[in-house]
Amino acid sequence: MKSGSNLEKVLEAGHFAVTAELGPPMSASGEEVKHKMEILRGNADAFNITDCQTAVVRLSSIASAIMLIQGGMEPVMQMTTRDRNRIAIQADILGACAFGIKNCLSIAGDHQSFSAAGRLKGHPGARNVYDVDSIQLCAILKKMRDEGLTEGGDPIEEPPKLFIGAAWTPMADPFDFRVIRLAKKAEAGADFIQTQGVYDVKQFADVMKEVRNLGVHERTAILAGIIVPRSAGMLRYMNASVAGVTVPDELIKRFPRVKKGASKEAKRDARIKSEEIGKQIAVELIEQVREIEGVSGVHIQGIEWEKAVPEIVKAAGLLPRPTV
Amino acid sequence: MIVADAKPLDEVFGFVENYGKVLVLGCGECVTVCQVGGEKEVAVLAQTLRLKAGSEGKEIEFLEDTIQRQCEPEFVEPVLEHLDGVDAVLSLACGIGVNFMADQNLDVPVFPAVNTTFMGATVRHGEWAERCAACGDCILHLTGGICPIARCAKSILNGPCGGTNDGECEISTPENPVDCAWALIIERAKKLGTLDKLKDIIAPKDWSTARDGGPRRRVRPDLLLAEEEDTDVEA
Repeated sequence: MKSGSNLEKVLEAGHFAVTAELGPPMSASGEEVKHKMEILRGNADAFNITDCQTAVVRLSSIASAIMLIQGGMEPVMQMTTRDRNRIAIQADILGACAFGIKNCLSIAGDHQSFSAAGRLKGHPGARNVYDVDSIQLCAILKKMRDEGLTEGGDPIEEPPKLFIGAAWTPMADPFDFRVIRLAKKAEAGADFIQTQGVYDVKQFADVMKEVRNLGVHERTAILAGIIVPRSAGMLRYMNASVAGVTVPDELIKRFPRVKKGASKEAKRDARIKSEEIGKQIAVELIEQVREIEGVSGVHIQGIEWEKAVPEIVKAAGLLPRPTV
Repeated sequence: MIVADAKPLDEVFGFVENYGKVLVLGCGECVTVCQVGGEKEVAVLAQTLRLKAGSEGKEIEFLEDTIQRQCEPEFVEPVLEHLDGVDAVLSLACGIGVNFMADQNLDVPVFPAVNTTFMGATVRHGEWAERCAACGDCILHLTGGICPIARCAKSILNGPCGGTNDGECEISTPENPVDCAWALIIERAKKLGTLDKLKDIIAPKDWSTARDGGPRRRVRPDLLLAEEEDTDVEA
């Protein structure tokens, strides 16, 4: 055991793993985190805490992860290299481990220009750090854990026992380099991988074939990303604007269409129906990616819709989660 | 070369509106090439400022001069000898030129008339793009001559990140398209048959050679000695 985390144990025991995402609020109150914890409790093996996703200020990933630990749940603390240099990163890792955090996901993070892309003002004028990249961060975490050394080479009294994660966008261009980059993440130290949301299962299966050819799935556990769709509009947006996400037309067509001038009731009915279809699609996607050799689990993201997750996990036949 | 943008007229006028005699000083190097700070731009800015001062009822005399380089004593010193009565200098040089003028310990303030933006190349007539971040430890041999530090929005050394979209960076917009540096690096490696080299992980960079190590300075004793000998001969 590298970390003894629940996620590591579940994977080690050969179970199909489930992780789910919990997005912290823009609030100094932990109540929202606690609320989401209760929604998600028992429905996954570990819970990803996003680290100021889309570069928007939120209750920090490390503090939220500590709240999960205190609440008897297992976090995957996400750590971007956007906001911290290698000194801050390693200091936060030691601190996180002191609180019992055992999983860390290494990511570059969205560029700060995204913070103003929606309704928020964000901080597009912030300076970014990018002292290291996500692959280098995996290697730093591995060095801390396995060699007991900081990146700079100083000995660590009590090395952090971490299960190291990384993200992977299998279907972004340049396509033919994506598997190579995955292999680099595994080589750098990633014990598990959570992918970008998969909608085009056929295309994903093709990429996984390449992954198996290189044997990368034997060096790192791949959890396919499932982003729960909520409406046709959301899928269209992701298809058009989110890098590496392709949504087949037939999925979009399954959602009801409402005319612009439709009544409030008609719109509400369409919304309720859309949400049901979205959850159904998520369940189908889980079942489909589960069939692909080399996929060790799923990472479910109900973005600001955590409530949908328990139902989906149950319908996919993934409950109860194994006790290991 | 160093690329700069002209500052808005109102901002520049705000710097000098309360002075009586202002030297508008251009530079004959990079800012001349990118057409924001050479002789021609000095003439245009001085004339525009005269008109603006006139329309606001202010009596300001604007002198014009452009020297070969505002970043070398040889060219700057003659200007300093002719500052009689000048009570402000408005420099159209890059930030280096403004600093260098200020370093001469003048009795009058030096104001910047341009925003220094980046070290870049002329992509085509009228378009410049950043190509080097002066990190002090070049890695271009590893990346096919294309710099991820200067050209990737996240300076990722083991790219590309998941944000590449049709060869463009995740920050790309229709108004300001940005190529994904790693898409370019990979394309170049394919062409050169060096894709295998990109399988190697590039270790965290030692940024102490970059600005992170503090302000940088180079002294070449061989050149210093030559200069001192010249001085001795003259003496």
